[in-house]
Parts: sequence; C-alpha cells; structure tokens
Amino acid sequence: MARAVTPKKKAINTAAAWAIGLLIFFPILWTILTSFKTEATAIADPPVFLFFDWTLENYQVVQDRSDYMRFLWNSVIIAGGSTLIGVMIAVPAAWSMAFVPSKRTKDILLWMLSTKMLPAVGVLYPIYLIFISMGLLDTRTGLVFILMMMNLPIIVWMLYTYFKEIPGEILEACRMDGAGLKEEILHILTPMAIPGIASTMLLNFILAWNEAFWTLNLTAAQAAPLTAFIASYSSPEGLFFAKLSAASTMAIAPVLILGWFSQKQLVRGLTFGAVK
Amino acid sequence: MGSIRLEQVNKTFGDVTVIPSVDLDIDDGEFVVFVGPSGCGKSTLLRLIAGLEDTTGGRILIDGKDATDTPPAKRGLAMVFQSYALYPHMSVRKNIAFPLRMAKMDKAEQDRRIEQAAAVLNLTDYLDRRPGQLSGGQRQRVAIGRAIVREPAAFLFDEPLSNLDAALRVGMRLEISELHERLKTTMVYVTHDQVEAMTMADKIVVLRAGNIEQVGSPLELYHTPRNLFVAGFIGSPRMNFIEGPEAARYNAHTIGIRPEHIAVSADEGTWSGVVSVSEHLGSDTFFHVHDSGLAESITVRAGGEVGFRHGDRIFMTPREDVLHRFSADGLRLA
Amino acid sequence: MATQQSRSAARWMMAPAVVLLLGWMLVPLVMTLYFSFKQYLPLRGGDLGWVGFDNYIRFVTSSAFWPSIQATLLIVGGVLVITVGLGILLALLLDQPMWGQGIVRILVIAPFFVMPTVSALVWKNMFMDPVNGLLAHLWKFFGAQPIEWLSQVSMTSIIIIVSWQWLPFATLILLTAVQSLDTEQMEAAEMDGAPLLSRFWHLVLPHLSRAITVVILIQTIFLLSIFAEIFVTTQGSFGTRTLTYLIFQRVLESQNVGLGSAGGVYAIILANIVAIFLMRIVGKNLDA
Repeated sequence: MARAVTPKKKAINTAAAWAIGLLIFFPILWTILTSFKTEATAIADPPVFLFFDWTLENYQVVQDRSDYMRFLWNSVIIAGGSTLIGVMIAVPAAWSMAFVPSKRTKDILLWMLSTKMLPAVGVLYPIYLIFISMGLLDTRTGLVFILMMMNLPIIVWMLYTYFKEIPGEILEACRMDGAGLKEEILHILTPMAIPGIASTMLLNFILAWNEAFWTLNLTAAQAAPLTAFIASYSSPEGLFFAKLSAASTMAIAPVLILGWFSQKQLVRGLTFGAVK
Repeated sequence: MGSIRLEQVNKTFGDVTVIPSVDLDIDDGEFVVFVGPSGCGKSTLLRLIAGLEDTTGGRILIDGKDATDTPPAKRGLAMVFQSYALYPHMSVRKNIAFPLRMAKMDKAEQDRRIEQAAAVLNLTDYLDRRPGQLSGGQRQRVAIGRAIVREPAAFLFDEPLSNLDAALRVGMRLEISELHERLKTTMVYVTHDQVEAMTMADKIVVLRAGNIEQVGSPLELYHTPRNLFVAGFIGSPRMNFIEGPEAARYNAHTIGIRPEHIAVSADEGTWSGVVSVSEHLGSDTFFHVHDSGLAESITVRAGGEVGFRHGDRIFMTPREDVLHRFSADGLRLA
Repeated sequence: MATQQSRSAARWMMAPAVVLLLGWMLVPLVMTLYFSFKQYLPLRGGDLGWVGFDNYIRFVTSSAFWPSIQATLLIVGGVLVITVGLGILLALLLDQPMWGQGIVRILVIAPFFVMPTVSALVWKNMFMDPVNGLLAHLWKFFGAQPIEWLSQVSMTSIIIIVSWQWLPFATLILLTAVQSLDTEQMEAAEMDGAPLLSRFWHLVLPHLSRAITVVILIQTIFLLSIFAEIFVTTQGSFGTRTLTYLIFQRVLESQNVGLGSAGGVYAIILANIVAIFLMRIVGKNLDA
C-alpha cells in the first residue's frame, strides 16, 4: 500500500526507519567492530566506537586456540548434508503430493508439519539412548540424520508449494512426449523448480546451521559445530570480549550473508503458506 | 497407421459419471472434432485416448491393438494442449527435440526433423529463443512442432486455439487444416466452438453430458441433425424452434428452421412479427423478430441490403424443404 | 486427475519421507512414554521397575514445577507481546515510502540469522555485563547504578534477548501481510475522512489479524522450547528455569530419566495444544 507522499514525509520515514534499523542491527555491528579491537580497547571506559587501532590478532588467536576451521567444517557438513539428503527425500514426496493429489494428501501434509511441532526435549533421552546404542553420539552422521529429520517437514512443505505453481499440463506434455517418471522429474520438474529448490535449500541450511538443541546435547569434541564452539565461550576467562566477538563474527558471517538472499523464502518456509 | 477405436469406454470420478458409455471409430487419416458445451466430457474423452486418465471400463484400441492400459508415453500419440505446455526452461529447439531425445533418436536425424518442422511452421528464426520470448501464435506453433517431429500415429488437440485472439485463431485454424492435408495423419480435435468444428472436421462428434449425440460430417449434421440438441448446437446463428399449433400443422411437436432458410418481405408471407433488433453486418443482416406468436424471438438472416428497422412489421416465409421436424422427446422425425 | 500408474508411483515416491517421519515421531515418543512409567536412573541402579503414574505426579508436585511453568509463560508471553507489538509498528513503518528501504529491511531482519548461542553470549557479555557491558556504560553515563542484568532482572534480560531474535520474524511476516493490504480501500477511507487511528483500528488491524495469529502460534511453538539462550546465560538459575530446561536438567544433569520423560510428555501435550490451532489455520489455507 505504498503511496506517493511529500518529500518531507518521506524524509521523516527514512530517518525513523534507519534509526530503528540501526538500533536493531547494533548488537551485530558492535560485535563485528569489537572483533577488530584489542582486548583492552574492547572494555575501554568510555567505550570506543570507530576510532581505534584495527587488529586481526583476535581471529588468529581464536583459530590457533580452538581450531575454528574444524568446527566450521562440522557445521558445513552437518547443515549441508542434512539439507542435501532432506531435499533428495523430499523432492519425490512433494512431486507426489503436488501432482497426484488424493483425498489423503492434505492430511499427510498436515501430519508431516505436526511432527515439526514435537518439542525436542520431550524425546531427548530416547534419542540420546538410540545414539549411544548405535554409536552415533558425537558423530556428524548422527547430527546430519537428526537435523535432516527436523527439517524434512519444512523442506517437503516448501517444495510442495513451489511444485504446485508448475502447471500440470507441462508434466502431462512430457509424458505424451515419451518421458518416463525418471525423465519427468530429472528433465522437466527439477529444472523448472530450480529457483524454488534453491531457496528451500538455502533456508534449511540456515535453520540447520543455527540449530542449538541437538547440536549442543549430542556432540562433544569430535562432531561439535559452531553452535557448540561458541557455547564454549560461555565461561569467561580473563579479558575475552574481543576474542568472543571474533569467534561470533566468524560463526554468523556465512549465514548472515546467505540469509540476506533468502528473506522472501523465509515467510513461505516458516509460516507453512498461512501468510501470503 | 492411426486408427482409434473406443469400445464402451466409460469414466467415473468418485461418484460422478463423466462418460456413461462411448463407442466410436476414428479411421486412419481422419480429422475428427469433438464438440459440445463445456462440461460435456469432450476433454475427458481426449485425455482417456491420450492415456492421461484411466478408463473406468471399456477398451481403447489404437491401430487395432488394445492400448487401454498402456501409459501415455507408449501410445505413440502426440498432444497439443490449450496452454501450449511448452517447457519454459528449454529453447524452442530443445522443446521440439524433447520427444526425439526421449525416443533416443540419433542426433543427426533429430536435427533433420527439427529443421524440417521449423521450416513448415515458420519457426526457423526462433529456434534459439525461449518460449517466454514468443507470442501466443508462435508458442502454439512450437507446441505443434513438438507434436509433429515424432511422426505420431495420431495428433490430439485440446482446445488449442482458445487462448489466441480472434484474428490469430482464424489463421491458426487454416494452418492446422493445411497441416492435416499435408500429413494425412489422424487428428482428434476438441473444441467448444462449432465454427472450428464445421470448418476443420471430416467428422464431427457432438457430445452432451458424456454421451455422443451424433456423429457425422459437418454437412450431415447441418442438414439432418438427429435431435434438438444437435440442431441447436450446429449452425450460427442458432436454429429457430417453434412449438404449439404451428408445429402441429406439420405433424410435429417442435419444428426447427434455420435463420438463413426464412425469406422476409414487407407485405406478404406465412408468418408475421415486429423487428426488435436488426444487426447489419454489411454482407448479411440479422433480424430478431418478436410478437410473431410462434416463439419468444425468431432470428432471420437476410441480405445486407434489406433495410428493415426496429418496430417494422415484417412477413416471413420458411423454406419448407429444409424445415426440421422433431417429436416430443426431441428426436428428428423422418 | 491421474492414472493408476501415476498413483502407485506417487505412493512409492512418498514412502521414504512418510516412513522416516513416522519412525522419527513414533519411536522416541513410545520410548518416552515407556520411560515415563518407570523408575529409571541410569547412574544409580538403572531400571528399577514400573511405577505407574508416580513420575507424572512427582513432576507436577515438585517444588520446581510451578515456577518453571511460570517462567515459561512469562518468557513466551513477554516475547509475544514485544515482538507482535513492535512488529506491527515496524511493519507499518517499513511499508512507507523511504530511501534505502532494502537496506533497512536487511538491517532489521539480520538478528534472525544469528545463531542462538551467539546472540545469547553477545548480549550476556558485551551488553549485560555489569562492569564492562555497554548497558552498564550507558547507565553510568546517566549517573545511574549499573544493573546486574542476568541475576537481578534475569527474566527481563532473557525476554530482551529472545525478543531481539524473534522481532525480525514477526516484522517480516507482518510486513508481508501489510503489503497485501488494498490501497484503494485505504484511500477510500482516507477520502471518507477517517482519522489515522481509526483507519488503523478498523482496516489495518483486522487485515493483519490472520498474520498476527500465525505469528503468535508459530512463535509460541518455538518459544516453548527455547534452550540455548538459557543454557549459555543463566543455566536456569535466578528463576529462569523453563519447563524445557527443567526437563533437560532432570534427564541429562540429574539423570532421572523416568521423571524427565514424564515432564517430556507434559511438554508434548502443551505443544500439541498450540499446534492444533496452527494446523487448523494451515489446513484451511490448503483448501483455498
């Protein structure tokens, strides 16, 4: 409902929105700035905003002391692996629901979403026990599986909504053209749905990257991703603000950048289509 | 090569019977048009032939072989959809090549056929474009191109012209007719437009509520409609129907007379009435006549130079040799 | 609109997702139910037999239960009021014509992408630290005594942190809804002389009601299981032990699996009550 307004009003809007936007963004900005300070500057009184000697030493220290790259790699594997496997399982399921709907399709879809509502803490111990008995505790395989299951309903849902937008006649046309089921999905459906599949993967990568219940409770030294890496900073040890900031910046930077590309899909993915 | 035979084919969706039972023979090389009002089951019938829907009962034979349970990909038929159903992520060339790729035809033969089809359909300059960059008529040609390269046993058209504007529709109608003349391949064409049916078909199948009302050549349907429905559906403007004493004079429950079979005069004739609306098309004039005591309104076609106007009383004389007589249950009386 | 062949193909293609999710739902659920009826202490004797509903009764009668429910409701309620309230205002503001709209949107949405452990730690140390935190400096600047945020006003602190994380979500969804508001309707009301506040009350708010409901329901489900924010800040002390955190402590810290599982069942029931309402709305939209 954006309308033409006077330049004065537009200027007021702009000022107000920028002020609030910067206020909301400030904690992130402050963290990024602090990561380039020395520990002493980081706690200077009064606080220093921009005019300090920028240094990269915190990043070096964090990497040397806690092997950031290993945690990063775990995060990439866990978030990427769970998303990739999730999509491979979800594409056929979403195809079925979008193009061969039956009376039960809606019920199945809603049921899938309802599994997402199950509070993790309610099944913490069983999962813990299963993981121990299968030797999955503190393994990337185990977390890939868990996070894949957690996000599968959202992946199926999002793909379903994207597939629904593809006209059924096109799929029928390719059947008439002699394409079997495999060719239909590989040559027609998937290429047509690439933008949708990409945004689905993006959002789920972000959700998996930030997941902090299972990753904290089911990992120790080996498979711990960045969520656990950061949690290890929760007990302070002397001057550590700058190092904490550097570690935090490294943990959120990749996803912050990806996230900016996926704002539109966020609404679709997280409201299950209830808001358009 | 391309004969299709339907034997007691029927189709129900849940509790709804869309097609009670249809028997139909389509000969090789014939241009058959399914026509009827919307919801008459014509599209469903086409989709049953295509294999996009299962039959509930009955058999479908293509070239004498039972194809009832054959998946669409294996029936050797090609289809052109109302929405064209082009693959938006492929160039025109790739669109046309798709069925050939699926058939694993060798590359050289693929190219030869694509070039040939493109030449026939005036698409040579557009082969590297995407469907999104083409006009409606061009898209329709691509869809047809995709259908012809496979050299199918028969073409199925599902209301292919209904998304085009009026001028383009007439042009495409001619192109499809010419294509049929050239290829001599069986074509089954679905439309709700009786003009398309009349102008293109070798054989028209008139459908209503899933039942075949009449099968015949366009002129057969025009001259000897089997019942009131066909009589009213085929021909434009619509046939006039008259009931009551006037019909009884001809020993019928209802008589039908086409607007073009009524002569008008200012001073004498069998019937009389008042002109309510006159439509001057230049070549023809249509009069809608009220207060004739025969029916609510009688439509009459006269030459372009006949100049009656609103409120004029005129006299009408039907040509008795082309007057249609129907019984109380709507069937044609011999 | 499909053939027998495509229907049977559809069943096969749906099977992996359905079977996996069914297993993912049922196996742990059945195990949780099973443990909830047992006296089960892995480190102190293991399986000590069936105890009927003892765990359920003990869980709700323990001194920690009601405070945990209170803490949970306070966090969920507080965050909902703040995020929905500010979210509506922010959505209306962001919908206005301005320069650099895209960038402002990005600034506002950013917190949603910060992992919960990071935002909790950053807030805890760099803002809420009573000595070196930025807020302490701010308080001193105005001559006030700095607050020990996470111990003195622990609940407020956690609500602030969580609200900061979820405000972008609420804003984004409400903004989507605001943008679908009919311009002509608004202009007609303006022509009719309806004042700003009444336009908001009678036109904007009813239009947003669905989006607001959805935001409330979805956030409630996520907020009920808030974990990392408490784990890295107060560890459940100073009255911030929520139901989720209490169950976590029973199960993993005190290793009383039976008791924790009974708590888990309560949590599942609680989440399901909210989920039913959400599913209704989603289901209705599926028909449309």
